Amino acid sequence: MATQENKNAAAEGGFVYLPLIAGWLVPGAGHFLLRKWGRGALLAASILGMFAMGLAMHGKLYTNAHDILDILGLAGDLGNGLLFVVSRIFGLGADQVQVTTGDYGTRFIVVAGLLNVIAAVDAHNLRTGRKS
Amino acid sequence: MTHFAAVVLFALFASVVFGITQRETPRRMVRYGAYCFVLFVASAIVLSWLMFLIAR
Repeated sequence: MATQENKNAAAEGGFVYLPLIAGWLVPGAGHFLLRKWGRGALLAASILGMFAMGLAMHGKLYTNAHDILDILGLAGDLGNGLLFVVSRIFGLGADQVQVTTGDYGTRFIVVAGLLNVIAAVDAHNLRTGRKS
Repeated sequence: MTHFAAVVLFALFASVVFGITQRETPRRMVRYGAYCFVLFVASAIVLSWLMFLIAR
């Protein structure tokens, strides 16, 4: 149920998709824009932590879309927003999975992206007043 | 890092996000997050034992 405060927030002017886009680009930023500091910090810590652990486990960052599994993996990775772009620029992440933990790391990175999309949509729902 | 530690951390991070995004009040967020965490870890343990017994 939406509270009066959120209805008021939804009634405010401005670009309604800003929290969605900001939340996608930077984990937790959508909630920070809505002054939900605690929720934003927890989301950012969880998503950044999962992404960092994926890299630490020598997970792979998907870079091509040669088959359906690569396309799905790339879609998940792109959910990380700027984290994915910055990691690609600095050459982080393995090109090929060579150790056992690398397979887990790859999944951690993909799931971090999917969780980030969920968090960004949540920020959008807060902005529109659909959620309190 | 052991496989179990990886499972626990995965469950922790995912549960925090699920709790915050799928419920509205802080109290219900914590309860749902804890519920998801327990389900993640418990199902991993049960499936691990099943695979162990099948492989024998």
